Amino acid sequence: MALDLNFQHRVKARLISIAHTVTLFIAMSIICIPGLWIVLNSFRPTVDIMAKPPVWIPRDLNLDNYYAMFGGAGEGGVPVLQYFTNSLIISVTSTLIALLIGMAGGYAFARYRFKGKNAIFIGLLLTRAVPGVALSLPLFIVMAKTGLIDTHIGLIMVYVAMNVPFTIWLIDGFFRQIPPDLAEAAEIDGCTRWQAFWKVEFPVAKAGVASAGIFAFLTSWNEYALASQLTRSTFSKTMPVGLRDFTSEFTINWGGMCALAVLMIIPALVLTFLVQKHLIAGLTFGGVKG
Amino acid sequence: MASVQLNNVVKKYGALEVVHGINLDVAHNEFVVLVGPSGCGKSTTLRMIAGLEEISGGEISIGEQVVNDLPPRDRNISMVFQNYALYPHMTVRENLGFSLKIAGKEQAEIDRAVNEASTILALEDYMDRRPGALSGGQRQRVAMGRAIVRHPDVFLFDEPLSNLDAKLRAQMRVEIKKLHQKIKTTIIYVTHDQVEAMTLADRIVIMRDGFIEQQGTPSEVFEHPVNTFVATFIGSPPMNLLQGKVIADNQLAFAEGFTLPVPQEFVGAVKAGQDIVLGFRADNLMPENHALDLDEASPPIKMPIVVSEPLGTETLLYTRLAGGEIQAKMLKPRPVVDGEVLTFHLDLARCHLFDADTQKSLR
Ligand SMILES: Nc1ncnc2c1ncn2[C@@H]1O[C@H](COP(=O)(O)OP(=O)(O)OP(=O)(O)O)[C@@H](O)[C@H]1O
Ligand SMILES: [Mg+2]
Repeated sequence: MALDLNFQHRVKARLISIAHTVTLFIAMSIICIPGLWIVLNSFRPTVDIMAKPPVWIPRDLNLDNYYAMFGGAGEGGVPVLQYFTNSLIISVTSTLIALLIGMAGGYAFARYRFKGKNAIFIGLLLTRAVPGVALSLPLFIVMAKTGLIDTHIGLIMVYVAMNVPFTIWLIDGFFRQIPPDLAEAAEIDGCTRWQAFWKVEFPVAKAGVASAGIFAFLTSWNEYALASQLTRSTFSKTMPVGLRDFTSEFTINWGGMCALAVLMIIPALVLTFLVQKHLIAGLTFGGVKG
Repeated sequence: MASVQLNNVVKKYGALEVVHGINLDVAHNEFVVLVGPSGCGKSTTLRMIAGLEEISGGEISIGEQVVNDLPPRDRNISMVFQNYALYPHMTVRENLGFSLKIAGKEQAEIDRAVNEASTILALEDYMDRRPGALSGGQRQRVAMGRAIVRHPDVFLFDEPLSNLDAKLRAQMRVEIKKLHQKIKTTIIYVTHDQVEAMTLADRIVIMRDGFIEQQGTPSEVFEHPVNTFVATFIGSPPMNLLQGKVIADNQLAFAEGFTLPVPQEFVGAVKAGQDIVLGFRADNLMPENHALDLDEASPPIKMPIVVSEPLGTETLLYTRLAGGEIQAKMLKPRPVVDGEVLTFHLDLARCHLFDADTQKSLR
């Protein structure tokens, strides 16, 4: 009898674990296959990409699309390097600014009491409920009047505004988890308020700042809708906007587009990889007894 | 090396006043324990001394210097927090050396001080671990180590033992006492545990609702509580209290027709018709043949045992008297059956009388 019950449970556990694996596999496939398809297509000639029925197993892989992308600016080629630089400058700068403001704001929300704190906080979050595209026309007009259309600064400002509410919210959450006692202990140990922040609170909240940073970077890096309105020339176009250069009136250069897409994915991957060490809650809050 | 003075210190949070002008003099090298129920303002007082909390009124001086407006770093104090507040991203060694590093000391000097502290607190084996990988007691020791490396003028402790289990707490209590003997320094120690207060303190300061109720040596506050609050707060089990009235012939009358003579000490201090509260400890109410010698024995009192709690060398007896439940103690205990009626004697010389209105001692 008892043996039976044990057996039943074992079978049940087994079935559940199989179901787990299958579900996970399906979910991961849905997430990963489009990405893999892009990478694969970037190495294939257009014939293969467009083949019907699709060619699943690659036959003829080459780097032609990449050569074309970097080399042949002449024959309607796309100034990819310029786009890459634009993207990098705009994303990195806007991320750094958003992080600085996010840290200052998040710390203030986590540590200080002031009038209208909750209202301001909710107001910040509400700004995220407004779809960015809805702002594109007003933004366009403002930028046009101030001469910021087609400049790095214009886009940087837009992205900072987009990211700040989220970085504040995320960083606030991390500072909230750090007991105020830590900074107080540091002050007693001889730190100024400023030192206590940089030597104790900031290192402990690094994981939060890093994740906010990744988020802000990826948002700016991938943003298309606003960038397509506010940029015009190679001087400020970012890579997502640049992707459109591969479509001409009658043809779409899928291979080239995929190659550029891969180029876009790489920095995002590298960054995530570098920072993930901090993301894994490597920092146990063991300094205080919970 | 310094004394600490609090002069009419007030703390307000907005309109809410939580510390009402307290005065306290802590002598150089004295071990003072602030004790009181939760929310009475002990931590607030300690944090004002540390400089973590602004003072709304009055004056605090450390070593003759008024420190009202000095930031914590300029007060040369150390503090051990209830939750230890160790820096989670630093090793034990770095935690210990942090204050010296901030002060810009040479590495060799830091190493020497850190090693000395780690020897005193037996931390040598954990020096390269992070706080997250330490047990509660080890973290507690690191927190103390971090406090002593700086050789501060004053040590502040805010309930440092309350996160430890009973056994470890007793052990650390002894450690702290030894530490005080070793590194003679002024210590102000906050706890809500009266046992900790009694065992550690040179002087106990009992607080309630932002006021100091009484201060004195442990034996003073134990033997001469100024009011019923101190009487019931200090000592375990808490002092028994019985509401009563002084009647003619120096007799005290209680509910259910129970009477006692007024203790000699209070004859003349009370007058007939006065409402009083009688206080006595379990140790002074003992059954016949299981008692110490009494200085001023009361007439025999017969009481039924409700529950008995054998503690080994003695048994705590819960009985009923004059409508109240009171506790008595049986020395050289024998097994007691619940409901059994025993004859007790109260030591009147160890009784306290309090005024029923003010709750103050009539001594
Ligand atoms: N920031 C604050 N704002 C308003 N009131 C506060 C604040 N901090 C503390 N108080 C109040 O001050 C009183 C004293 O608090 P305190 O922390 O000093 O108590 P305590 O004696 O240390 O108690 P415990 O034993 O629970 O630690 C409490 O009634 C508390 O509610
Ligand atoms: Mg407290």
